[in-house]
Amino acid sequence: MSAPATPDLEVRAAVKRFAEHTAVDALSFSVARGSFFSILGPSGCGKTTLLRMIAGFIQPDDGDILIGGNSMKGVGPNRRPVNMVFQQLALFPMMSVGENVAFGLARRGVARAERTRKADAMLERVGLAGAARKKVDELSGGQRQRVAIARSLVLEPTLLLLDEPLGALDLKLREHMKIELKQLQAAFGTTFVYITHDQSEALVLSDHVGVMNRGRFEQLGTPQQLYYEPATPFVAGFVGANNRIAGTALAVNGGRVTVRTADGWTLEARASSPVAGGAAVEAFVRPEVAMLARTAAELPAGQATHSGEVESLLFDGANSAVLLRESSTKFEFRIALPQTGQYADLKVGERIHFGFDPERATCFPAGDRHG
Amino acid sequence: MDDTAGPAWQRRLMVGLLLAPALLWLFALIVLPHVDLALLSFRERTAPREFVTSLAQYRTFFTEPLYWHIFVRTAVISAISTALTFLVAFPIAWTIAKLARGRAATLLFVVCLIPFWVSETVRTLGWMILLRESGVLPGILVHLGLADAPPELLYHDATILVGLVYTSLLFMVVPLVSSLESLDNSLIEAAYDLGASGPAILRRIVIPHALPGITAGCIVVFMLTLGNYLTPNLLGGTSSQWFTEQIYTQFITRFNWEQGAAFGFLLLGLSTTMVWFGLKLSGQRFSDVMRRT
Amino acid sequence: MIPSLPRPLWLRAGTGIYLVLFLVFLFLPLLTVAVFAFNDANYPAPPWHGFTLDWFLGNGAKGRTGLFGDEELLASIWTSFGVACWVTVLSVVVGTTNAFLMERAKFAGKQALSVMMLAPLVIPGVILGISILAFASRVADVLNDSLGLEVEFLRPGLPLVVAGQFSYIVAIATLTISARLKRFDRTLEEAAYNLGASRAAVLWTITIPYLRPALIGSAAIAFLMSFENFNTTLMLVGADSPLTIMMYGRMREGATPVLNAVSLFLMVASALLALTLMRKGDKARS
Repeated sequence: MSAPATPDLEVRAAVKRFAEHTAVDALSFSVARGSFFSILGPSGCGKTTLLRMIAGFIQPDDGDILIGGNSMKGVGPNRRPVNMVFQQLALFPMMSVGENVAFGLARRGVARAERTRKADAMLERVGLAGAARKKVDELSGGQRQRVAIARSLVLEPTLLLLDEPLGALDLKLREHMKIELKQLQAAFGTTFVYITHDQSEALVLSDHVGVMNRGRFEQLGTPQQLYYEPATPFVAGFVGANNRIAGTALAVNGGRVTVRTADGWTLEARASSPVAGGAAVEAFVRPEVAMLARTAAELPAGQATHSGEVESLLFDGANSAVLLRESSTKFEFRIALPQTGQYADLKVGERIHFGFDPERATCFPAGDRHG
Repeated sequence: MDDTAGPAWQRRLMVGLLLAPALLWLFALIVLPHVDLALLSFRERTAPREFVTSLAQYRTFFTEPLYWHIFVRTAVISAISTALTFLVAFPIAWTIAKLARGRAATLLFVVCLIPFWVSETVRTLGWMILLRESGVLPGILVHLGLADAPPELLYHDATILVGLVYTSLLFMVVPLVSSLESLDNSLIEAAYDLGASGPAILRRIVIPHALPGITAGCIVVFMLTLGNYLTPNLLGGTSSQWFTEQIYTQFITRFNWEQGAAFGFLLLGLSTTMVWFGLKLSGQRFSDVMRRT
Repeated sequence: MIPSLPRPLWLRAGTGIYLVLFLVFLFLPLLTVAVFAFNDANYPAPPWHGFTLDWFLGNGAKGRTGLFGDEELLASIWTSFGVACWVTVLSVVVGTTNAFLMERAKFAGKQALSVMMLAPLVIPGVILGISILAFASRVADVLNDSLGLEVEFLRPGLPLVVAGQFSYIVAIATLTISARLKRFDRTLEEAAYNLGASRAAVLWTITIPYLRPALIGSAAIAFLMSFENFNTTLMLVGADSPLTIMMYGRMREGATPVLNAVSLFLMVASALLALTLMRKGDKARS
């Protein structure tokens, strides 16, 4: 992505306080033109407030929001070059599909023939050719989704805001719509700002993701960065599956930390932020980073080896995993089963060896955690 | 009480027992009286206790301009009053449903209901004390120098309208609030976001959504206004010329039941026609509308 | 518009002013009635002559008869109360059987019956009154001519008033109780049967307690509507006048502030009833 001079969206130290808490806490970021930007966070993290602030339905207490380089101070939601796809889509049930799509054009005073033509063309682009005369409630969930997007995109906004639009769909359709959304965004080239609590949606769809927690971004980066180089324990725990191991830093050797749990299990991990010897730490090891072996000798040389008993087998097709307990401390540890079917014959209670590359495990000072 | 359990004869007995009071009510108090009223309206007295079937009662109505005039006047004022009630009630319903939050909304709603816990007689008494020549408002007008002598504010058509709107408010506010509450705010936000102005949102989103509630409110208010007796009679005085007064006069004062029955049917016909039109216009079913109110 | 959209100052100010005017409009008549119940003058009109309780307590001295000394008014309150009690009991009982009929039973013509049950709500009260009056008189005449019976309760009087009010108030009770019964979770009854309860026990321990809020609510509405009814009552009334008819008659003649006193008494009674019901509702919810 080459970032043009002016980003489509720039948020500068925006603040929104409600009676009890600060929903958005001096947040700053910018979104490059034509990119797909997601805000990922648990419910109550302030992401909806942030989105509604960008849309103009909530006024920031402090800071500024620039869209296409222009400050949005005092600009009403209807005069911002921004359109929104609402959580429940908010399609107008009193109008046909075509009227829904043409609604914004009609408000701009576009002549009837012209707006019918544009609406039809837009419906065709989202794969709903000929649906203009249908009623909204005759459409499937996925089709409604596309109408909601078409209704906004026909106005050619600088920015399209999407408020968890997939939340209401069932799992299968959601998987399908993820792909469709990404294709639509690529086809139109409009900048999308998408909020979700589903990390998989954020990872699949986005060019950049801001992980939000308690009104702030814990980390802002590409999906790959979030996954492989989480900046905080919160991100490590929230994005993707992870084994979380709390302990103390027995030794710190350059970027390498030796972690010891309260029960005495020791392992090594890479320090993601500076760690002092003796300090309380949290280490994270992804299930797919650890390798299984029937004998310790099978594991790569130079890595610490561990052993454990199989507690349960979690079969889930390609996502299958084994839950085991470390032999000496009974610490619970999850390891992804290789796709090769190599360990398909694993039995509950069986003793097995495992190890992982410490470079791919991460370690943070404890208490660094916001969430 | 259970439609699936028990032998067939038991179920039939149960249905029969439940049907009995319903049928007794509907036939003894609604259907048969109206059939009787219809028969009554189609006869003419030729001599004491001698009657023939005729259209004389209806002919009188159509040939006597006074009756005609009062009938049309009642319908027109009722229509105006219904429209005014809607205009007065809509902002308050909007405030309750959309602007006020939580307890404030509940409180405002309850406050709107309170006056209607008191009988119409009491409320009308209040208006009479306020408006009559020796009353409160004329006194204030004189005191403020806006009038030389206390004006008589009673016995005008406008007075009747004020009283009718006041009496009808509740029946408009309740269905409006419930239909506006069910309007998802995100629809309004979406319309605004797509560039719609306030009036456009009202016309394209709010009114279409609230149409069932508006219809329900208007039907009930119109019907109640048309059938009102107390308010026009007391606030309008002798100049009120309300059709229900004609029915009362024929029935009770003149003891001309045949004529009164015909008048009753004409009023019922008008009321039913307007209800039917209201339903047709908004494309709704009678039972759904009545359940809203 | 709604709070999340910008509202210009004039609109907010306009809304505020409207709200105030509306509340004044709503309460001015009631307030006036209440205030003039205490005016020390023979007519409920300004100016203010000072505070008095004569219109409550006066016993004919000074030519003033207060509410509690006015036998005629007190009798009419008592009449209204009696009528309202009858109408309430009949409406709630028949409303309940109707609700079960419409929600639980299957029979031919149910759809038609459900529409018929709503019809009384769109028939003007005056017409309900005259139709019942005419029909009852005809039946009484027929009985008199053929059997020589004089059936007193079919002539204008309180039984006909009760019948007339009942004829449409029961429709409201039916709607209220049906709405609640419709939302009833049938599995509760099934669970009770499953635990060995008889039909009567299920009805008495499960279904009726569930319906109680609707039963109380419709009883209150029925009582109030009966007490306030004017149109239907006017056509059916005989020698004993209920309160609304009595007040109407006196208002036409230009009455003393004793009517204000009665009105205030009614307001306080309604308010107490409303408060009790609301407190009950709150308790039921918590």
